[in-house]
Amino acid sequence: MLKIENLHVYFGGIHALKGINFDVPEGKIITLIGANGAGKSTTLRTICSLVKARNGKIKLKDEEITNIAPELIVKRGVALIPEGRKIFPNLTVRENLEIGAFIRSDREGITKDREWVCELFPRLKERLWQKGGTLSGGEQQMLAVARGLMSRPKLLMLDEPSLGLAPLLVKEIFEIIQRIHEEGITVLLVEQNAFAALKIADYAYVLETGRVVLQGTGQELLGNDQVKKAYLGE
Amino acid sequence: MSLNLILQNLANGLSLGSLYALISIGYTMVYGILRLINFAHGEIFMLAPYFLYYGVLIFHLPWWASFLVAILLTAVTGIVSERVAYRPLREAPRISVLISAIGVSYFLQNLAIVVFSGIPKSFHRPNFFKTIFQFGEIRIQSTLIASVIVSTIFLIILIYIIYKTKTGLAMRSISVDIETSRLMGVNVNRTISFTFAIGSALAAVGGILWGLRFPQIYPLMGMMPGLKAFIAAVVGGIGNVPGAMLGGFLLGMVEILYVAFLPALSGYRDAFVFSILILILLFRPEGILGKKVQEKV
Repeated sequence: MLKIENLHVYFGGIHALKGINFDVPEGKIITLIGANGAGKSTTLRTICSLVKARNGKIKLKDEEITNIAPELIVKRGVALIPEGRKIFPNLTVRENLEIGAFIRSDREGITKDREWVCELFPRLKERLWQKGGTLSGGEQQMLAVARGLMSRPKLLMLDEPSLGLAPLLVKEIFEIIQRIHEEGITVLLVEQNAFAALKIADYAYVLETGRVVLQGTGQELLGNDQVKKAYLGE
Repeated sequence: MSLNLILQNLANGLSLGSLYALISIGYTMVYGILRLINFAHGEIFMLAPYFLYYGVLIFHLPWWASFLVAILLTAVTGIVSERVAYRPLREAPRISVLISAIGVSYFLQNLAIVVFSGIPKSFHRPNFFKTIFQFGEIRIQSTLIASVIVSTIFLIILIYIIYKTKTGLAMRSISVDIETSRLMGVNVNRTISFTFAIGSALAAVGGILWGLRFPQIYPLMGMMPGLKAFIAAVVGGIGNVPGAMLGGFLLGMVEILYVAFLPALSGYRDAFVFSILILILLFRPEGILGKKVQEKV
C-alpha cells in the first residue's frame, strides 16, 4: 500500500534520513522502532508532507505522493496521529471529532463513525461537550486516535501513541490499535516502547541515525540479540 | 446631569461602540490566526465608503446596490492584501509581517490620495439617514439606530459562521495549530483568505456606517478609528471574537461618556482612549475575555 524508496531528508545541514526504504503492505501492522533521533517521527512527518523530502519517493498504491500538500494526503486515505497528541484544546471533543472528518461531507456517515469511535473509546462519549484541553493525558491520546479515525483512513500512522501514558493505558492503546487493525485499516506504528510494538507488529524496521539497520517480523526481532540488547533492555 | 442627557449619551456611545466592534473583529480574527496586527485594517475601512461613493456617483448604482458592491470590493481588497503582502512572509519572523502590514497601510493611504485626491468628499446620505427620531427629550439620528441594528445583524452572522459552520471550525483550529489543522485536511491558505474577507467586509460595513454618521470621507479617515478599534480588540482580549465586540462597545461608550462628563477636556479624547490601552497592557494584557490557552502536555 505504501512504499518508501531511498528517502532523504535534511534539516538545514543535518542529514536526518539517509536513504530509507520500506514497505507497508495492505492490511498489516508495520512498526518502526529505534532510539530518540533515529528518524522515526521524521519519516512519518515526511510521508504526510509536513517535512519535505530532498530525494527519494513515497508511493501510495503506486501513485507518487512525495511532497504534495499535507491537506491532500489525508484525502488520499492516510491519517497521522501526531506525537504529543496535538488535539485542539479550544474545541470540544465533539468538534475535535468533527474536524477529524473535515474532508468528508457525508453527514450520515460522519454521525455513524462518531458513534463507532465513541464505542471504541467510551470515555470520550461522556465528554463530548467538554473542551479538549480539559481532558487527561490518556483521554487526549484516545481523542487523537478517534479524531484520526474520523477521516476513515485506509492507512493509519501513529507516532508514539504510548508516550507518557500509565502502563494500564499503554496496554489499552495497544489493544485498540489491534481492534482498529481488525477493522481492515493498515497501521504504521512508530514506537519507543519496542516490546509492545513488536508484539503486535507483522513486520518491523529498526532505525538508527536515519538508516534502516535491521528488519524482520515482529517475532524475529523480539528474539534478535541486537534488538534485545539495544531496545528491550535485556 | 439630567437623566435624559445620560440616556442621550448612552445611545451615542452604543452606536459609536457598534462601529468599533465591527472594525475590531478584523484585527482580532487576523491576530487569532496569524498572530499579526494588521495595521492596514484602518485603510481597508477607509476604502469602503469611497467604493460606495463612486458606485453611486460614477456608476449610478442605487444606494443599496452600491452598499453591497462596496462591501464585496473591500473584502476582495482584504484578500488581495493578504495574498500579496502577508502570504509570502508566512514562514518569516512575525516582525517582518508586521512591517509589511505597516507598508500596506501607507501604500493604501497614499494610493487613495492619488486616486481619490486628498480633498475630503462629502458622503451622500439617503434621506432616511438624515431623519432624527424624538423619544421624549432624547433625539436620536437614524444613522445611530441603523449602525446598532446593522452591526448587531452582522455580528450575529459572524458568530454563526465561527461557531456553527465548517469553515468556522477550520478557523478555530488553525488559530491554535496550523500544522495539525493541515493534517486534518484543512486548506490553510483558503481559510486565511476567508478570514481576511470576513474581517474586511465587517470593516467595510463599519466604514460605510461611519461615513453616514460623519458624512465626510478622506484618505486618512481610517487611521484613528482603526487604531481605536485595535485598542478595543486589545481591551476585549485580542484573538477573542466576543471580546472584540465587547471591547468595541465598551470603548465607544467610555469615549462618549468621557466627552459628556468632562467637556472641558474633550480635546483629549484620543489621548484618553490611548491611556486605556496603556492601562490594559500594564494591568491586564490578556484583555477582559482573553485567557491563557489551557493546554496539557
